[in-house]
Amino acid sequence: MFSNILIYFVVIPVIMLAGLALCRNIKQIRAVAVTGSLALTALSIYLLVEYLGMRAANPDAQMLFTGAWDWFKPLHIQLAVGVDGISVAMLILSSIILLTGSFASWKIDPMPKEFFLWLILLSTGVFGFFISIDLFTMFMFYEVALIPMYLLIGVWGSGNKNYSAMKLTLMLMGGSAFLMLGLIGIYYHSSADPSQLTWNLLEISKNGAISTGWQYFLFPMTFVGFGVLGAMFPFHTWSPDGHASAPTAVSMLHAGVLMKLGGYGCFRVAIYLMPQAANDLAWIFLILTGISVVYGAFSACVQTDLKYINAYSSVSHCGLVLFAILMLNTTAMTGAIMQMLSHGLMTALFFALIGMIYGRTHTRDITKMGGLMKIMPFLAVCYVIAGFASLGLPGLSGFVAEMTIFVGSFEHADMFHRVFTIVACCSIVITAVYILRVVGKLLLGPVQDEHHLALTDAEWWERTATVTLIVSVAAIGCFPEFFADLIRWTFNSNIFSVIGMN
Amino acid sequence: MDITIIYYLIPSLIMFCCGVYGFITRRNMIAMLISLELMLNAVDINFVVFNRYLYPENMEGMFFTLFAIAIAAAETALAIAIIINVFRSVKNISASDLSQMKH
Amino acid sequence: MEATIPVLILAIPLFMFLLLGLLGKFMSHKMAGILGTAGMGITLVLAYYTAYLYFFSGAPEFVDAAGNRLQFLVFNQDWLQFYDKLVIRIGFLLDPISAMMLVVITTISFMVHLYSNGYMRDHHGVYEHGFQRFYAFLALFSFSMLGLVVATNIFQMYIFWELVGASSYLLIGFYYVKPSAVSASKKAFIVTRFADLGFLIGILILSFYTGTFNFTELTSAGVGENTFAVSLSTAENIKNIFATSAAPVFMGGSVLTWALVLIFMGGMGKSAMLPLHIWLPDAMEGPTPVSALIHAATMVVAGVYLVTRLFPLYLMEGVSLTIITVVGAVTAFYAAMVACAQIDIKRVLAFSTISQIAFMMVSLGVARPEFHEGLGYMASMFHLFTHAMFKALLFLGAGAIIHAVGSNDYTAMHGLRKHMPVTHITFLIGCLAIAGIIPFSGFFSKDEILSACLGHNWVAYVWMSLVAGLTAFYMFRLYFLIFWWKEHKVPQGHHQPHDQPWTMTVPLIILAAISCVAGFIPFGNLVSWDGVPYDFMAHFDWSVAAVSLVVAILGILIAWRMYCKENALPEKMRKALPNLWTWCFHRFYWDELYMFITHKIIFDRVCRPIAWFDRHVIDGTMNGLAYVTNKASFAIRGLQSGKIQSYVWIYLVGALLLGIITALCVM
Repeated sequence: MFSNILIYFVVIPVIMLAGLALCRNIKQIRAVAVTGSLALTALSIYLLVEYLGMRAANPDAQMLFTGAWDWFKPLHIQLAVGVDGISVAMLILSSIILLTGSFASWKIDPMPKEFFLWLILLSTGVFGFFISIDLFTMFMFYEVALIPMYLLIGVWGSGNKNYSAMKLTLMLMGGSAFLMLGLIGIYYHSSADPSQLTWNLLEISKNGAISTGWQYFLFPMTFVGFGVLGAMFPFHTWSPDGHASAPTAVSMLHAGVLMKLGGYGCFRVAIYLMPQAANDLAWIFLILTGISVVYGAFSACVQTDLKYINAYSSVSHCGLVLFAILMLNTTAMTGAIMQMLSHGLMTALFFALIGMIYGRTHTRDITKMGGLMKIMPFLAVCYVIAGFASLGLPGLSGFVAEMTIFVGSFEHADMFHRVFTIVACCSIVITAVYILRVVGKLLLGPVQDEHHLALTDAEWWERTATVTLIVSVAAIGCFPEFFADLIRWTFNSNIFSVIGMN
Repeated sequence: MDITIIYYLIPSLIMFCCGVYGFITRRNMIAMLISLELMLNAVDINFVVFNRYLYPENMEGMFFTLFAIAIAAAETALAIAIIINVFRSVKNISASDLSQMKH
Repeated sequence: MEATIPVLILAIPLFMFLLLGLLGKFMSHKMAGILGTAGMGITLVLAYYTAYLYFFSGAPEFVDAAGNRLQFLVFNQDWLQFYDKLVIRIGFLLDPISAMMLVVITTISFMVHLYSNGYMRDHHGVYEHGFQRFYAFLALFSFSMLGLVVATNIFQMYIFWELVGASSYLLIGFYYVKPSAVSASKKAFIVTRFADLGFLIGILILSFYTGTFNFTELTSAGVGENTFAVSLSTAENIKNIFATSAAPVFMGGSVLTWALVLIFMGGMGKSAMLPLHIWLPDAMEGPTPVSALIHAATMVVAGVYLVTRLFPLYLMEGVSLTIITVVGAVTAFYAAMVACAQIDIKRVLAFSTISQIAFMMVSLGVARPEFHEGLGYMASMFHLFTHAMFKALLFLGAGAIIHAVGSNDYTAMHGLRKHMPVTHITFLIGCLAIAGIIPFSGFFSKDEILSACLGHNWVAYVWMSLVAGLTAFYMFRLYFLIFWWKEHKVPQGHHQPHDQPWTMTVPLIILAAISCVAGFIPFGNLVSWDGVPYDFMAHFDWSVAAVSLVVAILGILIAWRMYCKENALPEKMRKALPNLWTWCFHRFYWDELYMFITHKIIFDRVCRPIAWFDRHVIDGTMNGLAYVTNKASFAIRGLQSGKIQSYVWIYLVGALLLGIITALCVM
């Protein structure tokens, strides 16, 4: 079992948890958090290298590094792991965000130990989710990732945190209820032979035993279940409140990684296992996600709280992810995964910067701040870069992802898809409006509040966090083909032959 | 006159109903305990009677009754101890007034 | 040709951007200025060398046996693959127009780099705050603009198109503490972004049907390894692909027309054509060298360049060319009218830029291969070239004046000719060039445009001649108001205005010299729509030239009469036509209209209701669900009273009921 590299993505966080439990002061806590997340980052990059080598050797395999160990035999529950290019990309994303999140919560107060305990537990769930190919363990890790959020927001949050924490948890749990129903349904239709039922994704897909009728029922269940976490309209309202109340690192992890669990799940479970229903029912969800894209962007235009703006922009960007997944063709889906990577990094950057600015000015209201470029140039420049990434400037990650999505979506020649593609394209203008509005009000112009003149620029740990994220964003933006190729591989295999995907 | 099983069961039923009635209507915990004992004893009578009439060659009913009496005694002791402690702290043993123990 | 030099042409400005952007604050201002200028100087030499090789070396990859100029792909690197056929590449396409643009961009950019060494200081020689940042942004812009013109495919063009937009945003907002600069930069970015939406959709349509982004596959045919010649039959094939597709017509126009018009929309945004022109006058909030480089000479002609790049395709759809002509003609007239009533000298120049770019657009719109070998195409590029030089000259001259006087309004200037002789002479040359006086460069290029118009449609010719007259009028109005009108009065506490240091005057002199001689360049030999060189002087129409000269001189004379010496005539004219003057002064209220649409309609009628809907309806539903759950649990909470007696009672009743039901069922 421990010869499989993937297991260590769960083992390292567990060791970190144990290490944290023994910590006595903030320095030890930081050391454990940073060492552990560095180890995870190193591991994920090592995995990437290994994966590329393995892929060259096994060009036909859907998943590599697979392994399965029985966990509860009567119900065929296994701890089954395996990764493809998409999971590898997601693991890298998660580890980078965990690393930068640790730096961003350098001065977390109060109870740093407990904070990091919950944060690491959450990331255990995240890593476990991305390596699992067994629906049951996947769901278990999914829940492990969700529950700590309640405490993290409720205890370390700000503002109306009890309400937000409760709302976020309840809405996501509501999604989980749908999801569980869907997953159990999939399990009972996973094989034509009742004694051979399985939770294993690959086997379910190979068996193809879910009848079309059941797919029509199970697809919406799983898609909505994961879609709630992907902030799909109209199940997105946990996001603005939740993000607004969450502490910095939690916002980063949540928007950067957890919302990706939604998109990843939609693809990996809903569409991958039920392609027929996905093909037939995509239009319903295309309407919803298409609305998400412009709706989130328009909402962001009039918000005054920095975190609300960013949360609504996440609704818009994550809407684009689900939108592209539903286009069901290689180009758009590649774009969707790239958008997940890109949005994860840049929204984490945004939340990190907002946290740092809030930590200094103690307000997130853009009408009460101004001219920060003069006071904290480093943070302000980083914010502008994040803004440019978000509005899709070439050379940064947003552009390549969005363009891939638009080109892919445009491959559908019928009027319905065309109209929605063009509607989604409009978001690039609206995004520019709200990003530049914030940049103009917050960073440029004269200094609004005299007290702000005394504030200082970023400390070294803050610089580390933001620079790491900016470098990652620029790396995707400048060398997109590497990532696109990594992701596209998954779609090149014959998994979507059912619906004649190109 | 032949003493049939019904002659035992009717008094035991009456005893049981009295117990139920007392348990529901009385607010005093001691009275409720007494009602409980009444119900238990009614059941004990039934055990003995059914044992005697249905399976005269066996003794399980008798034993069971003895067990029940012993356990009822222990239980009563425990209950009275609790009641005394409650009375000491709140100067009241009325069941309806002790609702703050919920919290 | 080796790829080294072309790579360096792109790499040096990019490197300069990174160097000055990241390490700028660790170096002195002077160092940053010298480094930036030197970097651009090297790029200039390399670009000149490349253009020289292209036009004059006669190498087989540049010129075919018949002497026709070819398109040569110096390199073409895959950057992002969408699917098998659709790949974004980053490459370097060398052909007549890109070689010409390399010269234009590097010349102007170098002049601006040099000039800014003097301009970005105050009178005591103290450098402005953010001087390094300024040079970093200039380098970023130069990189993006060079990448744009050498684009091998339409998506590369789009990428750099966005990058020039962003660098323009950064440079307009250079004085970021000034709220007007901030809002101007925002406006410029958003308006051009909106136009780019059209561009993007145009690209999507075009690439969907043709399955390629490459210019060489859209408009030309291969003649050798990496060499191509412009080919109408390729464009016809593309047209056929559209015509034979499942739905060739959409809302009355062919899909190809739609694609081309949408792509042109992108050009309209960047080139500030009506109705997307509103950002350019405001963009003058940026430092003046920036206005000269970006908003006069290079970036704003990107729209023209885009149309020339796809010209064979536009030829396929006459409607799209007509649209270009009409948009151009209306914009030219509109901008010229507005320029007559502005007070801010940079605004006058901005509107004159809009008007001159509209000339280029009209010229493209009327260009047809049947008439004088596509004279309009060549004229447009020729005008682009000459306009870049004299408009940069005018802007840099205006910058020198503004720097000396400390205000943008001509009311603070008047009578500067004695104080700033060098600036005065060079500015005059610029004005003569733009007015179209022989032998300055503007005369030749404008004359070609008017000839092309005449060859296509006499209405266009008359209209554009009228605009040319207006151009001469407003430019000389500006000239007389700055340098004549009355004696210069130095305000209290200011020192005498004087000519600027050599870093600022040398670029003026060089550009003035170019403006004097550029008209004699045999442009037709270098640039033509299909690469076939021809002697345009053979088609030179002396009657057109004479008419345009007369019109220009007439304009100048009127300006001279009205503005040479202080008099009451301008005031009288204004009183005579109050409405016209007010509308011109307020730029026909376009800004107010946009303000109304964006604020009153989009913000107040779309965004706010959506935000309200989200907070109250959607969130309200969620909160309502929680509220109902909460209330329901409160309602049934009474059952869990904790009172054992009531439990027993309920239990008994339940047991009884069950018993009765069972009994009933059994019976």
